Amino acid sequence: MPRRTMIEAIRDAMDVSMGRDEKVVVFGEDVGFFGGVFRCTQGLQAKYGKTRCFDAPINESGIVGSAIGMAAYGLKPCVEIQFADYMYPAYDQLTQEAARLRYRSNGDFTCPIVVRMPTGGGIFGGQTHSQSPEALFTHVSGLKTVVPSNPHDAKGLLIAAIEDPDPVIFLEPKRLYNGPFDGHHDRPVTPWSKHELGEVADGHYTVPLGKAAIRRAGSDVTVLAYGTMVYVAQAAAEETGIDAEIIDLRTLLPLDLDAIVASVKKTGRCVIVHEATLTSGFGAELSALVQENCFYHLEAPVARVAGWDTPYPHAQEWDYFPGPARVGRALIETMEA
Amino acid sequence: MADAGMLRFHVPEPEVRPGGTPDFSNVTIAAAGSVPRPDIDVDPRTIRDMAFSIIRVLNRDGEAVGPWAGLLSSEELLEGLRHMMTLRTFDARMQMAQRQGKTSFYMQHLGEEAVSCAFRKALEPGDMNFPTYRQAGLLIADGYPMVTMMNQIYSNEADPLKGRQLPIMYSSKEHGFFSISGNLATQYIQAVGWAMASAISNDSKIAAAWIGDGSTAESDFHSALVFASTYKAPVVLNVVNNQWAISTFQGIARGGSGTFAARGLGFGIPSLRVDGNDYLAVHAVAKWAAERARKNLGPTLVEYVTYRAGAHSSSDDPSAYRPKTESDAWPLGDPIVRLKNHLIGLGVWSDERHAQAEAEILDTVIAAQKEAESHGTLHAGGKPSTRDMFEGLYAEMPPHLRRQRQQAGV
Repeated sequence: MPRRTMIEAIRDAMDVSMGRDEKVVVFGEDVGFFGGVFRCTQGLQAKYGKTRCFDAPINESGIVGSAIGMAAYGLKPCVEIQFADYMYPAYDQLTQEAARLRYRSNGDFTCPIVVRMPTGGGIFGGQTHSQSPEALFTHVSGLKTVVPSNPHDAKGLLIAAIEDPDPVIFLEPKRLYNGPFDGHHDRPVTPWSKHELGEVADGHYTVPLGKAAIRRAGSDVTVLAYGTMVYVAQAAAEETGIDAEIIDLRTLLPLDLDAIVASVKKTGRCVIVHEATLTSGFGAELSALVQENCFYHLEAPVARVAGWDTPYPHAQEWDYFPGPARVGRALIETMEA
Repeated sequence: MADAGMLRFHVPEPEVRPGGTPDFSNVTIAAAGSVPRPDIDVDPRTIRDMAFSIIRVLNRDGEAVGPWAGLLSSEELLEGLRHMMTLRTFDARMQMAQRQGKTSFYMQHLGEEAVSCAFRKALEPGDMNFPTYRQAGLLIADGYPMVTMMNQIYSNEADPLKGRQLPIMYSSKEHGFFSISGNLATQYIQAVGWAMASAISNDSKIAAAWIGDGSTAESDFHSALVFASTYKAPVVLNVVNNQWAISTFQGIARGGSGTFAARGLGFGIPSLRVDGNDYLAVHAVAKWAAERARKNLGPTLVEYVTYRAGAHSSSDDPSAYRPKTESDAWPLGDPIVRLKNHLIGLGVWSDERHAQAEAEILDTVIAAQKEAESHGTLHAGGKPSTRDMFEGLYAEMPPHLRRQRQQAGV
């Protein structure tokens, strides 16, 4: 089976979708001729023409707003916001328009759009190229929010998102684009070509939205993670020797609560890890759900490891990033509690 | 100057406030028939002055004059008059129903009926409007059932939107009427996107974007003009300048540009101003703009100069911020009276027939109201179910919503 980087897998998902359905159009800033600043759309304009893949003005509200209009017409736009940090001008269009169009019109109009955006830090991007705003989307009724952690899932989830009849926020952990980064920034990253989840089948396949995956089976403690933190948690488990069961949520909304509950009931312990800031982060929702559903199985308080409640700093990036050492400490404390 | 070097902050004020005497003498109004009608493929650079004039067809004597006249037959004009009268009567009954507590909220069109009623007749089936809350004439003039509109206003058991939306936030794809958000300006860029999609699909349909004078200040207005200009989208960009954004006079949004139409000039978009209280002028300009869109000539910006004679909404009291007599002093008159006088001048209408039509229309509206009320009003009779609240957010209900619905006991 061919091995692809996450960038190639995402590009392949759009290529496959555009080839199968002429209603799929792709646009965004630098997306057309150049192929995107991360090259996720490279070659699509040459293959499908300027009417299917084109450059947009630097206007995120315009990109999402026009995509909503296109979806109302009957197309299936898959648009790129260059960095998740740039999505705020489009937030009104996403939350009050895309998310509610089906509901408010009782299905008279629908909004099958996908909004892709690179998320997370670890590239010395500072406060405007590093953010993880997933909780700002999961809090909105009417959106679906997806965070893939590897090339195989990225392709299958993106095709599923494009085929989904409702708006999907597709957050791409940019630190994973070229390999499964585990938080050890001083070590070289294994490229996806040497990782089994870099295997990406040709052609069409989907990974269903709303289904988590167990990345590491274990019996001591359940770790809930997504995106880059899946690999950070794996490193922490290896380094502490704690037999953690690591669940890669893949889709935050709809959430695979059954997978979470089954694992926590088995292990009796739970550590939640995300790169986004702690307060009101998605981990708060996960923590509440775990105590609501697993309280009498818990042997220890539910722990959260997250980005500090500051803007993403530049020079202090690795003090901010919740790396394997911090996650490892949380695993040990949870086991000792 | 004694204060040279000291900066002074400028806040625009309307000419007159409550207690003052309305004065529109500073509003320059071109004579009917005086503004030329360029070919639709005109170079936009040669018609920039049209953004500062006003296209008018009906003169003071009720005659249709000039190059924009002559598009509509007397039958079509009689139909247009009936649409405007129906909208005004509909508004009066629904405003009263709101006061009677039958619904929570209402917004009327008083004085602005020509804009949406005449515009609708310039479109083809399949074209799509992205309206604001003050274009119900698009539905009335397209034959959308008044009973259905009232069911929505009452949020009753027959409400096609299942009680989820504020009154008058209609939606009808079939009638080319995009779901009204209640947010301002968001629909403007969506209309451009819809038009882009039509062009991408090599279709023949066009879109119409709608916005009020106040909301042109929103960034989505700018987004729409950028996208429409860049991609030459087949869209008519309508700005309804009714002088007032709730209590805020148009100068606060307009700033120093002189007119709202002038906003289009920097984008290279042909930008026209039209007498919004002149049914014939509105229709003629809309037709010109729609034809440009349909012939791949791109967007047109149209500013309809009109006056909001009523309150902003049922929650508003205009006497607190403008003279009560201001609407009487408005120099462009009343759209229904003007079309009525024109038709009388043509010899196809009379005061007697007008009075008779008013009575017939009132009967029709009251009959529709009775039928709608048989399905319930906001606080009485049949209403959408609590279950409807949970349905239809996603194509397929996700597990967390199913659990919440069970918790709610429905």
